[in-house]
Amino acid sequence: MNSIITISTVLNTASMGLIILGLFIIFTQKNLIKMVIGLGLADTGVNILLVSTGYIEGNTAPIFSNTSLKISQMVDPVPQALVLTSIVIGFGVSALALALIIRLFEKTGTLDTSKIRGLKW
Amino acid sequence: MRKLLSIVLLAGFIFYFATLTGGLLIPSNSSERSSVGLDILSRTANETGSANAVTSVVVLYRGFDTLGEVTVLFLAALGISVFMKSTSKVRKRTLDQSFILKTGSRLLFPLMFLFGFYIIVHGHITPGGGFPGGVIIATGFFIVLLTSESVEFNKTLMSVLEGLAGLTFIGLGLVGLFGSGNSFLQNFLPLGKFNTVFSAGIIPVIYAVVGIKVAAELSSVVFAMKESK
Amino acid sequence: MLYLLSFLVLVMLSVGIAIIFVKDILNAVILSTVVSLIASVIFLFIAAPDVAITEAAIGAALTTVVFVIAIKRTKIKATIKKE
Repeated sequence: MNSIITISTVLNTASMGLIILGLFIIFTQKNLIKMVIGLGLADTGVNILLVSTGYIEGNTAPIFSNTSLKISQMVDPVPQALVLTSIVIGFGVSALALALIIRLFEKTGTLDTSKIRGLKW
Repeated sequence: MRKLLSIVLLAGFIFYFATLTGGLLIPSNSSERSSVGLDILSRTANETGSANAVTSVVVLYRGFDTLGEVTVLFLAALGISVFMKSTSKVRKRTLDQSFILKTGSRLLFPLMFLFGFYIIVHGHITPGGGFPGGVIIATGFFIVLLTSESVEFNKTLMSVLEGLAGLTFIGLGLVGLFGSGNSFLQNFLPLGKFNTVFSAGIIPVIYAVVGIKVAAELSSVVFAMKESK
Repeated sequence: MLYLLSFLVLVMLSVGIAIIFVKDILNAVILSTVVSLIASVIFLFIAAPDVAITEAAIGAALTTVVFVIAIKRTKIKATIKKE
């Protein structure tokens, strides 16, 4: 049983599932704010996938809290540094999309994409 | 029709992702670890003096990417304030909320400010750094701004702080380029004693600047979105 | 630890599926905050404390505030006609 479900399959399922869910919400929902929620979900899934490429089972965080920690017991610090940037930029994208949606609502009065001309899927 | 088409597309995506990410995770007992990570881990204690390897990667080894991230945040904040420009002269003030919310937020604000400041300053010793610390300070700010009426939000002070912090970041990098060293964002301050606050050269200074910039930027963004026209 | 991690992943995916079927937008925003928080705990299991703090601060606190402000400003105001 343990040789089929390893920790890498669990993490793969989590990130793939979140990306697929996020994409499904963007494709099928008609409410504009729910589309932005789906975009945020897909962002979170991609970040989990990126961090999990540096994980080695049983190792600890890459911080030298006392100098007796060996390097071979630490995980990779480079993907974590890149994901820090990615989380902040994901928030920036969501905030800008919501500002656009507020202005669109003030112009057209509705949030349904099938009623706004030019946005019909 | 739309749901059927999207399910077919997603089935194709599932197949593509499964073959793509299947070989991505390395099992724990294999010998093919990434050599860049091992190299950085073995050098970071002596070259940079910071105990947190992720911080030294973000600020020193990949410092240019952090500059790009700060630029992207600045562009997003610029875009939001252009869209949310209020066109009327009369500003609607925040209404006073109930007594519990008002008093509780005023009691909570110094604690959140202190906690965010602690996370920013200790970025090279414990996990954290400039970005989450700035976000916590911004959250402290708009807990007070959203619940009390008598607190004025000084927009010019926030934009002046943000601009000065961004200029300081680039200025520190240029000092490394034209001053003692020969590369942008070089570590030119002395590395102190390992694992204390005043160590690791330029890293706490840059993280403090980034924290101030992020806090000022995010509180002006949320306040611009909240103000009605 | 593997069973705990798979239980957390199962809860996260079922909350994500529930976002599709919920009618009110405010409920969907709260559910997305729950997904962010569980992702932050997963980051702790992967030995990445920096990323966990950043995801908890940005994904849970700031994103919810911005969404709730956007929902408040896009509400259709009901008008009562006087005849």
